[in-house]
Amino acid sequence: MTLYDQLPALLIAVPLFTAPIAYLLRAHGLPWAAATAAVVMTFIISCSIAATVIGGETIVYEMGGWPAPYGIVLHIDALSALLAMLVTGSSAAALIFGAKSLADEVGEEIAPSFFAAWILCTAGLTGMVVTGDAFNIFVFMEISSLSTYILVSAGPDRRALVATYRYIVMGTIGATFYLIGVGFLYMSTGTLNTMDLAARLGDVTELRPVLVAAGFITVGLALKAAIFPLHSWMPNAYTFAPNVVTVFIAAASAKVSLYVMMRIDYAIFYKNIPNHELQLALLLAPMAILALFAGSMLAIYERNLKRLLAYSSVAQVGYIALGIAMSSVAGLTGAIVHMFNHGVIKGGMFMAVACLALRYRSVNIANLAGAGRAMPWTMAAFVIGGLGLIGVPLTPGFISKWYLVLGALEQGGFGAFLVMVILASSLLAVIYVWKVIEVAYFKEPRANAAPIEGEAPLVMLIPTWIVVLTGIWLGINSYVPVTLATLGAETLLGAR
Amino acid sequence: MQLLGLYNYFVFATLLMVGLYCVLARTNIIKSLIGLSIFQSAVFLLYISMDKVDGGTAPIIPSDAPPDIIYANPLPQVLILTAIVVGISTTALGLAVAVRIREAYGTIEEDKIQEMDREQ
Repeated sequence: MTLYDQLPALLIAVPLFTAPIAYLLRAHGLPWAAATAAVVMTFIISCSIAATVIGGETIVYEMGGWPAPYGIVLHIDALSALLAMLVTGSSAAALIFGAKSLADEVGEEIAPSFFAAWILCTAGLTGMVVTGDAFNIFVFMEISSLSTYILVSAGPDRRALVATYRYIVMGTIGATFYLIGVGFLYMSTGTLNTMDLAARLGDVTELRPVLVAAGFITVGLALKAAIFPLHSWMPNAYTFAPNVVTVFIAAASAKVSLYVMMRIDYAIFYKNIPNHELQLALLLAPMAILALFAGSMLAIYERNLKRLLAYSSVAQVGYIALGIAMSSVAGLTGAIVHMFNHGVIKGGMFMAVACLALRYRSVNIANLAGAGRAMPWTMAAFVIGGLGLIGVPLTPGFISKWYLVLGALEQGGFGAFLVMVILASSLLAVIYVWKVIEVAYFKEPRANAAPIEGEAPLVMLIPTWIVVLTGIWLGINSYVPVTLATLGAETLLGAR
Repeated sequence: MQLLGLYNYFVFATLLMVGLYCVLARTNIIKSLIGLSIFQSAVFLLYISMDKVDGGTAPIIPSDAPPDIIYANPLPQVLILTAIVVGISTTALGLAVAVRIREAYGTIEEDKIQEMDREQ
């Protein structure tokens, strides 16, 4: 056993063990440093795991040496590796970016607990992605949710508390639904390992409890993933959380719930419940189409920049749900690539927003007049992100929408309608992105407005631009996400 | 008779609905959290009910174990111990947030809080 074989376990162990250490560090800046070191390390580990599985290999790691149905295994295939990179990468990028912004927003006295919660959140999300045990997913889901509530409640505005409370209620209902579903699955099969579940469900003759389980799990996860109309907790949680927290949770946390939904609905139910793809499509497709329009329309009429981007996330989650509903390799590839690409795009945009918030002390769009001249680099990053949301060629948004359109075209007559929906929603994205550009570049700042100190500090600007350039690179050369996503989609559908 | 055999599951479903209704219908934050607690307890009952084996005893090996001894299934019990811990943490966190909401707004009624936010 070399260290290399232990990497999957370290992916979770490193952040889990760093969290209490970060909590004990009381000196200025040290909790941040510990968190950053741990998270960067997990990011490197997940990249090295991704390099292994991109060849089509699956890593199965037996925790404590207990073999599969008895012990808990970590099960890492292409899809989990891609999501693990997204989670740890966005967490690392947000932390490196956030040193100054967090010092501004989060007080010195709560810094140790704040960063401990941050590390736990990363550990929980990574754990959900790599574990091969249905109940273990619930445990990691709760680790990540509880710590996300803490992160959101650290927001400077008192409305952050109410947003946290709503998030706790909705998040707990979603997770409990998932737990009920897992209970019914255990009742029918006597196992919790996802691979074992998939195999044993084939012998189950009484499918009613399994159907009930599928219903509870899918709706519970849709609630956690904020698929319209179950998104009510999300806009305020994104708006009132500290800016850097928004960068992280907008990029990673809802995506992980969507990942679990794909994993359970395809790897377990798809093969064992007759017509499950139809049930899934009838549930998700209407929600997704509504999300595309309602999310974009709400964004168009929104005056707060952070909430505008949150509503835009509602719409973008709709694209992913639409891809999941298609149950074809192209559709699922589109959904998976869009999870990754949207994480990169939204992460970059929320970073730009954090830069603006640092200088303008406000994220109301009306107050940002003249930002195009005062902070040219920040606004340029924002605009490139916006182009990605619209799906302009050479941005990552184009790649994922391309696969979604390909998937839609396979669906025949209804597919043509879906293509129209995707294009119409992209046009709506033009409107809400333009709304911000118009104010920032073409409006004169009010005469009595306080002068702006100028561009955001380099420690924030450089990470923002690294993320933006990563986005552009992914738009030009999308080999890594597309290969991993195609492999993942094929595994989910059992094509290989 | 079969209906009586499913007694636990009826209680589970009833508690689940009572809890969910309480969460959604109450504007008082503490009352909603109580509802959330009832909602989670229902799931504990579901898991505990499914581990029952007819004639089964507690899954601890006694020193004079007869050869034909039957045990209840210990796994759901272990799982639900974890879920109980999660439930406690959620309630504790919810109550902590409720305390801070009270400090910041002076009330824990959601409709009053919404009014205050609108005025802001």
